[in-house]
Amino acid sequence: MDFGNILALAFGEIISPTTAAYALAALGLAVHFGYSGLLNFGQAGFMAMGAYGYAISTLSFNAPLPVAVLVALLASVIFAVILGIPTLRLRADYLAIVTIAAAEIVRYIVTTNSLTNITGSANGLAGGFENGFFALNPIPEGTYNVGPLTMSEDSLFVRLVAWTIVALACVTVWLLMRSPWGRVLKGIREDENAVRSLGKNVYAYKMQALIIGGLMGTFAGMIFTIPRGAVQPANYATELTFFLYTVVLLGGMATVLGPVIGAMIFWVVLSLTQSLLFGAIEIGAITFLTNVQAGQLRYILVGVALMLLMIFRPQGVLGNKKELAFA
Amino acid sequence: MAEGIDYMTDSRPITEDTPGPGCRKRDPIVTAKKVTRSFGGINAVDVDYLEIPRNKITALIGPNGAGKTTLFNLLTGFDTPQSGEWNFDGHSLAGVAPYKVARLGMVRTFQLTKVMGKLTVMENMRLGATDQPGESLARALFKGLWGGREKEITAQAEVLLQKFKLDTKTDDYAASLSGGQRKLLEMARALMVKPRLVMLDEPMAGVNPALTQSLLDHIKNLKAEGMSVLFVEHDMHMVRHVADWVVVMAEGRVVAEGTPDVVMKDPAVIDAYLGAHHDVDLGDSHGVEKLEAELSQDEESVVGTEDAGLLDHTRITELEGTARDTGTEDRR
Repeated sequence: MDFGNILALAFGEIISPTTAAYALAALGLAVHFGYSGLLNFGQAGFMAMGAYGYAISTLSFNAPLPVAVLVALLASVIFAVILGIPTLRLRADYLAIVTIAAAEIVRYIVTTNSLTNITGSANGLAGGFENGFFALNPIPEGTYNVGPLTMSEDSLFVRLVAWTIVALACVTVWLLMRSPWGRVLKGIREDENAVRSLGKNVYAYKMQALIIGGLMGTFAGMIFTIPRGAVQPANYATELTFFLYTVVLLGGMATVLGPVIGAMIFWVVLSLTQSLLFGAIEIGAITFLTNVQAGQLRYILVGVALMLLMIFRPQGVLGNKKELAFA
Repeated sequence: MAEGIDYMTDSRPITEDTPGPGCRKRDPIVTAKKVTRSFGGINAVDVDYLEIPRNKITALIGPNGAGKTTLFNLLTGFDTPQSGEWNFDGHSLAGVAPYKVARLGMVRTFQLTKVMGKLTVMENMRLGATDQPGESLARALFKGLWGGREKEITAQAEVLLQKFKLDTKTDDYAASLSGGQRKLLEMARALMVKPRLVMLDEPMAGVNPALTQSLLDHIKNLKAEGMSVLFVEHDMHMVRHVADWVVVMAEGRVVAEGTPDVVMKDPAVIDAYLGAHHDVDLGDSHGVEKLEAELSQDEESVVGTEDAGLLDHTRITELEGTARDTGTEDRR
């Protein structure tokens, strides 16, 4: 086992665009669930809006990058409004049911065979929709060393852009949540009738929160899909939402940096356990597992890590213990 | 509103009619006409005509299940009546959302206290404030646009917290407060809205007796600040001490109205409230103590349980008989 290599891989996961996408989508969930109490189980659907909205407008309509991004964001807002209108007047659990179903509906629609020309059905989309993005790359061609890693100018560019967006989103959420607007949201999380009795339009606030968190998910969907150069419908199944909830719970629900730290921990744990298990199998220390089984075992270990965290640090890594004392 | 009137000592009559259910007030702030709400087959509220006087403290009393809280919900938009019209200060409130009702200046508290547990006491208070530009999403990002108003709000909240003896708790989570303190916080928070009509649902329930007197004074002082108060309360001391006007509900209807001393001797009220204890003056502490003493001897007493108010007639008459025989009865 080459521990230097294992650690380098783990570091690569910390800064990977996928981690950035998870962090951003989880931050959106923190806005929904952590700050506003909206039980959104359809964040995968918002990410799909980003991936498909961007890829379809580029591939089918030859839209330039800014237009494609705007289309994706607009699709996400429409999705949020459609979800919100019937459910936000009701209790939180209705939103959970409707969002989980809506995210699945999105996935079934894009895998419909009759839409193969547009959505690529189960095969998804590929074919250079990411070119417009990489054409903007100002970094000269070559290889660059980032810590122990070596990467191309495109890999560096996509990481820089991804983490810049995450940083901007974090600052925005922090600014919003310290404002009176954020206070109303937190009040709604605690008791929406009380907030209503004080003259605040609860419905409008919930809708705004749903849209903002959803837009973050949509950006995350684009960040997730651009470096891959392909949109795979299987990536946007419900388990993605559950991974994002894992990330939010790991980091701390009503925190700004919690989802970012949570995403890093999630991917580092996955990477380390994979490397260590594969290494152990390779040198014959573990004989009862195949590589495929070890790949599955990683997720079990993430689950165990989450359980331990919930038992010993239920507020998450960055959460405020005092808030839980009265839960 | 006439200038130069001290509402604390204003002794003009509340009504020029004969006081009674549905009588017209000199200056009503809320008017409800034929408001009905039924759950299943039960008429929870069936109010023919009711006016709440302006700049007065009105108590709404009645046995459990009389429809007091439901009437609160209907007036404030938290529930919708099946029929009827009702208005606040000339604005019709039919179909108006609860938050708009609150913005008109009609703010309520809840029987089951609602505080934002995971916000501090100060944040709870600030949440009540009106006209905070930072509550709109577009301006929330820029502290320069709302920081000034926030300072004013904080100052306003500090004054109120001091009045309600919560100033030492400013930075504590509201969830760490006791039940009585939460009642106080909820009332203080409602006052942050600077309402014209405050509607308090059982403000005294669970409040430490030592605080009761100062709370009564606060409620009285609301009048001096030009507010009107409508409250639901079972504590008859409080009703007698602070209320200018009493409305009695039973089984969804208004059964009596009038000034406290008149209403509390009204046989219809005593009957609605206590079933059989005709000889008890509800506003008199002695009367209530006497009743409590009698009931404490009664193993089947239902006082304090859900069945309170549904006393067994024969059992009480029996008890009264024994009390008289042993000479402990102190008839007035």
